[in-house]
Amino acid sequence: MASYSTSEFKGGLKILLDGDPQTIVENEFVKPGKGQAFNRVRLRNLRTGRVLEKTFKSGESVEAADVMDTDMQYLYTDGEFWHFMVPDTFEQYAMGQTALGDSAQWLKEQDVCTVTLWNGEPLSVTPPNFVELKIVQCDPGLRGDTAQGGTKPATLETGAVVKVPLFVEEGETVKVDTRSGEYVSRV
Amino acid sequence: MPAQGVDSGMPAVNWRPAAPQARVHRARLNAALRAFLSARGLLEVETPILSRGAPLDPGVESWRALAPDGAAGYLQTSPEYPMKRLLADGAGDIFQLARVFRGEEQGPRHNPEFSMLEWYRLDYDHRRLMDEVLELVHAVAGADPDWMRPRRSARYVAYADLYQETLGLDPLSCDVDECMVVAERLGLGIVGQLDRDGWLDALMALVLAPGFAPDALTMVFDYPESQAVLARPCAYAPGYASRFELYWGDLELANGFHELNDPSIFAARCEQDRARRWRNGQAVPDADDLFARAMRAGLPDCAGVALGVDRLLMCLLGETDIARVIDFPWGRA
Repeated sequence: MASYSTSEFKGGLKILLDGDPQTIVENEFVKPGKGQAFNRVRLRNLRTGRVLEKTFKSGESVEAADVMDTDMQYLYTDGEFWHFMVPDTFEQYAMGQTALGDSAQWLKEQDVCTVTLWNGEPLSVTPPNFVELKIVQCDPGLRGDTAQGGTKPATLETGAVVKVPLFVEEGETVKVDTRSGEYVSRV
Repeated sequence: MPAQGVDSGMPAVNWRPAAPQARVHRARLNAALRAFLSARGLLEVETPILSRGAPLDPGVESWRALAPDGAAGYLQTSPEYPMKRLLADGAGDIFQLARVFRGEEQGPRHNPEFSMLEWYRLDYDHRRLMDEVLELVHAVAGADPDWMRPRRSARYVAYADLYQETLGLDPLSCDVDECMVVAERLGLGIVGQLDRDGWLDALMALVLAPGFAPDALTMVFDYPESQAVLARPCAYAPGYASRFELYWGDLELANGFHELNDPSIFAARCEQDRARRWRNGQAVPDADDLFARAMRAGLPDCAGVALGVDRLLMCLLGETDIARVIDFPWGRA
């Protein structure tokens, strides 16, 4: 099994700790001038999403987590599970609400997402950075508000609510940045 | 020529200096430090950066350098050994602004190469030198009206009192289990086996120092003898050594000793350090025999201190990342 020493720690590294796969969010080297060195690490548990702080004695090794990102097409949801497929192999994976988290609100059928697998089990899904979704509900636009100014909430076909400029109308399709949840443009 | 913004897989290293704003302040600080010590009659000296031997202290790792003939040398982790050879030869009160190198130390408070101000005072004990260190910090902080100044009155606290009052821990009698109970109560989980001094270090770096008043200087003195390094045993506190550390807020700035000058205790500590390194799986560097001979010839009664100049500059400028005060930090060097 591969392992990492604390000297290899950096943001994004995936390790196995307390039985769970965790990704390093932040790594800080702490050391008294004449004494033991430590790595103070912020980790995100890839299974639960929880962020915790752990301190490692420098020089320790930890097991690498067998975590792999795979591109998959989102197929459909049956209400309980969300189903994904690897386009090349037609292999299918099902994910529950907990693993999906906030990503669910951006998933549109046929879109290709990044699914993170741990020991072959889906852990989490990252939607495309930009998605194009139809507005299913928002207040009517006001005349004259064409360029700048205020925003209004709009509900998209996937259930996500984003702030859009006042001139955008119900029934239109908009481009949204899923990382920030912000409106980008009309399509 | 590749177009700008093309991802070659590796982030491009910027050739430009990283700390143009700090450059003038560094020059001013160096001048203020030299002026303070020169005015008090200390002689500025220079000693080799590269030498044949290295300290055995398990807490610092030396960079090895290879000579063209294959012989090993070491970059200094501090100018302590050659400066003490000067002292043993009768040089008197001396100081040095030196470049030093330490292991893989890198982070917001560490750069593997940094500037150290080290000075020695004949017939001082660590208590008297502590006062002078504070005088120096206050004096140089006044050299530029834009610099941050620490609170006028510093806090002096004995190492034992600090652990006892804050954590209810006696640093001499406690064992690893007791330290672990305290750490657990504080939510401090540590991955890896630590000995007692390792736990005491963890509590200092992660719990006690972060609790120091941010705008104040804190002087911690009389460290356990197991952390004496080259401090002499404390005459009035059995089990403790005449060592001190200065903090500005939670940032460690300086380390000083009433210097050990008993060659037999020095030889015994070298053996302990060798054993500790061996237990930890650390490399054991070639010891500095010339320094050992100077110790046997006789180091005069003196106290000495080493101060991290880059960190002092961080405090004066209110910076939290050491790379903001070094033009070419490691990675750009």
